[in-house]
Amino acid sequence: MADVALKDLRKSFGDVEVIKGVDIDIQDGEFVVFVGPSGCGKSTLLRMIAGLEDITAGTLEIDGQVVNEVQPKDRGIAMVFQTYAIFPHMTVRENVAFGLTIAGMPKAEKDAKVLEAARILQMEHLLDRRPSQLSGGQRQRVAIGRAIVRDPTVFLFDEPLSNLDAALRMDMRMEIGKLHNQLTATMVYVTHDQVEAMTLADKIVVLEDGQVRQIGTPMDLYHHPANLFVAGFIGSPSMNFLDVTVDAKHDGTVTVSNPSLDPIEVTPTDSVAPGARAKLGIRPQYLTPSADPTKGKLHGTIELTERLGTETIVDVAMADGTKVIAALSEDAIFEIGAEVSLTFDPAKTHLFAAP
Amino acid sequence: MAVIDPANHGLRLATRYTVLILIAAIFVLPLLFMVMSSLKPTEQLLNDTSSLRAFLPVGDISLQNYYDAFDRAPIGLFVFNSLLVTVVTVSLSLLLCSLAAFSFTFLKWRGKGLILSITLATLIIPFETIAIPLLLLVSKLPWIGLEGFRIGWLNSYHVQIVPWIADALTIFLFVQYFKDLPEELVEAARVAGASWWQVYLRVVMPLSGPVIATGAILKSLKMYNEQYLWPLIVVQQESYRPIMVGLGYFFQLQVAWGEVMAYLSLITVPVLVFYLMLQRAFIASIASTGVKG
Repeated sequence: MADVALKDLRKSFGDVEVIKGVDIDIQDGEFVVFVGPSGCGKSTLLRMIAGLEDITAGTLEIDGQVVNEVQPKDRGIAMVFQTYAIFPHMTVRENVAFGLTIAGMPKAEKDAKVLEAARILQMEHLLDRRPSQLSGGQRQRVAIGRAIVRDPTVFLFDEPLSNLDAALRMDMRMEIGKLHNQLTATMVYVTHDQVEAMTLADKIVVLEDGQVRQIGTPMDLYHHPANLFVAGFIGSPSMNFLDVTVDAKHDGTVTVSNPSLDPIEVTPTDSVAPGARAKLGIRPQYLTPSADPTKGKLHGTIELTERLGTETIVDVAMADGTKVIAALSEDAIFEIGAEVSLTFDPAKTHLFAAP
Repeated sequence: MAVIDPANHGLRLATRYTVLILIAAIFVLPLLFMVMSSLKPTEQLLNDTSSLRAFLPVGDISLQNYYDAFDRAPIGLFVFNSLLVTVVTVSLSLLLCSLAAFSFTFLKWRGKGLILSITLATLIIPFETIAIPLLLLVSKLPWIGLEGFRIGWLNSYHVQIVPWIADALTIFLFVQYFKDLPEELVEAARVAGASWWQVYLRVVMPLSGPVIATGAILKSLKMYNEQYLWPLIVVQQESYRPIMVGLGYFFQLQVAWGEVMAYLSLITVPVLVFYLMLQRAFIASIASTGVKG
């Protein structure tokens, strides 16, 4: 187990800079998840930690040692790949033992470690099979087993569940969570799936265009997004953004409105001046239908309803053409085309300066 | 739903088999001619060439040509020489070319694209254009062997082996194959602690069976069947001569065609055995590479 520190880390492919000065401190035993849209550089950053990509500038420290020039095999890391990357010509036992065989570990000790890993991952019965005889979930267990046996200081996971179906993904997500509790190891996990990020992480790093947009606990990011990007990226369905005008500024709060929204007083996240354009963010879960259709804060027409069982997602088109999504209770019944008024608590909104 | 007319189906099958038999005949008849001719005296052999008798075991049939061929040339030695040169060259070529391809594919080094391009460009240079400079070079190179140190490689096995080890086509085959291997396998091995040498030995090569078979087949056929000009100019001693140079023994003064055919039949046997052993890999290699053997 070890701390990992990324200090002004940069990576360029030719003239194109893809990682643009990233600073992250990962504490010993922490589960850190890198999230971001495709192409944001999260996998590249993980591969830089692994030593599979050169570092163009900046410093990478593992356990207090600068490892910029250290070979992957000497970094004390283990990595689990999206495509499993288990060796098709070896049995499960040989796959799991690969790193130990390479290290020249005595057979008895090696066998014991492989059996222990197999026990943790509940795959003792698979040890003599070939990868071609395994399901996707079983293959991913083998890949995790290969990582476990080496007792690495840092585990790296590169979208390990992306190739699994939804049910298996949930099972494996829980397995990885349990594994972290069991091993209390430092883990860095890359995903584009925010459910994985929210459920697994001690700390989430949100990346966009090779830069860190926010670092925090899952609930921090959900309740206190630092900027428009994080606000829009974290949460499902995504946060609604209304174009508003700042009408007045008070002591720590501002009054905002737009033609479809009655004036409300909110606490801004960004600094905004009276008369300025701004974006008001409201999570779909915080919108509720008003009992009195004339007294809601937002008024519009229902365009689509999606019943998910636990909740009903409603798309509402407002008079000025803005679309709003509301996540309502499972028993909410709305007809497409019906008029609806939605209300919300202004304290649970987020106001950002318009980009 | 369309119903297949049994009569129509039979006709199609007959047509297909006729075409296949005709194509097979084009390839089989020369071999049949060679074997049948090797059993006939030269005079009868020449007379039979104007009729279908050329392909039939008729007339004065015996193994006399084989006895005479063995008397005229040390066939066993020639076959041994060719097999030795072929086996050693193919083994070293597979090792060296796969290592080169591994470096071109997986290692990062400045200028590798240029070096690979230059290597592949050598494919278009005919051997005849470099034969004389190569002869001058090998005649001045030092060598330390069992008999000690000497200058010049002429009249040896190694002069028939070393210049043929590095081969752009084999490198190209390996590069193409390695590029299709999932990169994560190599990365996983690296992260798990493997050195580049261990990645090559434990991960990449065990997964390269098909391309090893392809390379071995193409190179073996070339080394066994097509080595004529180079040994002819670098080997004067009979003890190092390969089979193709040995063929010259039968074209001195009066050509004994029966013995020529007997010699050719004999030297074809190792190729046939090799082919039958690796038939499946052979067909797969030709199909997968689009390279003619």
